[in-house]
Amino acid sequence: MTTTYREAIREAIRAEMRADDRVFLMGEDVGRYGGCFGVSLGLLEEFGPERIRDTPLSESAFVGAGIGAALGGMRPIVEIMTVNFSLLALDQIVNNAATLLHMSGGQFNVPIVIRMTTGAGRQLAAQHSHSLEGWYAHIPGIRIVAPATLADARGMLATALADPDPVLIFEHGGLYNLEGELAEDAGSVDIETAAIRRPGRDVTVIAYGGTLGRALAAAEHLATDGVEAEVIDLRTLRPLDDVTFLGSVRRTHRAVVVDEGWRSGSLSAEISARITEQAFYDLDAPVARVCSAEVPMPYARHLEEAALPQPQTVIAAVRGMGL
Amino acid sequence: MTTAARVASAPPIDRRTHRRDLMRQMLLIRRFEERCVELYSPQQIRGFLHLYNGEEAVATGLMAALTSRDAVVSTYREHGHALARGISAASVMAEMYGRVTGCSRGRGGSMHLFDAATRFYGGNAIVGGGLPLAVGLALADRMAGRPVVTACFFGDGAVAEGEFHECLNLAALWQLPVLFCCENNLYAMGTAVERAQASTDLTGRAASYGLTAVGVDGMDVEAVEADAHAAVESVRAGHGPYFLELRTYRFRAHSMYDPDRYRDKAEIAKWRERDPIDLLEARMRAADELTDADMATLDGEVTAEIEAAVTAAESAPLEPIEDLTRYVYSEVPR
Repeated sequence: MTTTYREAIREAIRAEMRADDRVFLMGEDVGRYGGCFGVSLGLLEEFGPERIRDTPLSESAFVGAGIGAALGGMRPIVEIMTVNFSLLALDQIVNNAATLLHMSGGQFNVPIVIRMTTGAGRQLAAQHSHSLEGWYAHIPGIRIVAPATLADARGMLATALADPDPVLIFEHGGLYNLEGELAEDAGSVDIETAAIRRPGRDVTVIAYGGTLGRALAAAEHLATDGVEAEVIDLRTLRPLDDVTFLGSVRRTHRAVVVDEGWRSGSLSAEISARITEQAFYDLDAPVARVCSAEVPMPYARHLEEAALPQPQTVIAAVRGMGL
Repeated sequence: MTTAARVASAPPIDRRTHRRDLMRQMLLIRRFEERCVELYSPQQIRGFLHLYNGEEAVATGLMAALTSRDAVVSTYREHGHALARGISAASVMAEMYGRVTGCSRGRGGSMHLFDAATRFYGGNAIVGGGLPLAVGLALADRMAGRPVVTACFFGDGAVAEGEFHECLNLAALWQLPVLFCCENNLYAMGTAVERAQASTDLTGRAASYGLTAVGVDGMDVEAVEADAHAAVESVRAGHGPYFLELRTYRFRAHSMYDPDRYRDKAEIAKWRERDPIDLLEARMRAADELTDADMATLDGEVTAEIEAAVTAAESAPLEPIEDLTRYVYSEVPR
């Protein structure tokens, strides 16, 4: 069936709420408004205001309440409008969700799922567009996933809800209208492994979330010139499946990391370091990175486009390796 | 309402026995922490150590009003809360020693005592950070239809935090079964309440969110218990959240690192005249409910309990280093 990324997430929420009374959705404007990006449209009508719960604008309170509800036996899905707003709940995510199991010596796990929008490309400027999932991936105790495909948008939520620990799902804002075919019986998927989205022999291009499409576009263009890029979708940013990307790099001997986060102190730096640590002697060229320019995201379209990884910049990075 | 009238409305049990239990509980907390101070200098206990000395009536009276099904969310000054909730002195002392037999397996220490058996959801060392958890625990109970109350402790300092206001608003908006317990000891570390709060009328500010807010003499354990009973009853009956301002004072410094330069010695001395243990002792003696021998017996019992806890902690095993990274994620097949 034809569907969109937005509808796939909505169907995932609907299916989990039908299957398990403990599951509920909570966040700003998730109910009557239908979700600021329309993800939860129609769910209030089916499940009612107890389970599709509009909150006041108090990110710390409702994210922390989600953590408390998870401690109390529920399976909350908490929606935060954007990753920039999640900074108002950073205390609860980092100091509570990520630490309670350890601080309590294994007594209290926190089965919460927190969904939020990330990424740029919609001219929303510097307080709605950043990609801070790499920051979150720094934190032990939480799991970070980034669906880039319809199947993952549909399938990651169920697995995240079944996980006994906190899972943060980063939905790239540029993907909600992504349209394509999804199997009628599409269901849960693993949130452990990276996926090879396009096989190739010459270079490994590592991407995730919003950059996957751009990496694939670059690979298609390179193929017309006879360069076969293997494109890896990380899918899970913590814990990283380095087996998959290291295996690929050992075959292709070249790696380009594409990350909408900033370069300094980033997820791309972590991936590059792991390749250097574990596959250095397999490399025919230094690891290359394509990241966002080190500026707060600007509003003007031409500036925003220039700030972001694009297919052309990925192609240029591959060309820079002598291919 | 007078204190006597409030006590009269408490559950009908033998008054002398009950007062003796309250006394024993406060003495246990007092002696436990005095022992912790002694153990701090020879470095048996390290890290921050925030003493509850002077505030014992609050935890003791409050916990007496809760049932075992209720939940407790606490702060970093929580030895008294933990002991009064029923976590054993041995388990808390072992945690101070960083032993695997501690209530948090040595991973929490003084500031992070946890206990699933008594629904004690931790010492939270971020001021205000426990309030959202309490709101969520109460939400879970409400959604599951359990007649359970979540008692959430925090200090006067938390009233200046955004989370305080977010959570009172949310709990009142959703009519959740939270008992907010503000331990007003007049200082947020070294900052006096009037230097930090534009309005020091904490009950008035809480009441502005549409919940019942009551100020209590936090040095009088029976007053605390009576008001806590009324509050718990109201919350359990579904009348929404409730706020208690427990007016108290810590006799010792903020932590072992604090030279206590910001308080007047005369002020401390004045509050010491209202020592919660002395207050209850005087009341019991006046009613012929306590003799010197009784007091010595109680003191002997709690001291023996604490010494046994110390002895056990000293010989308790440490978590093996190989287990350092356990409990970061749940140990389940994925």
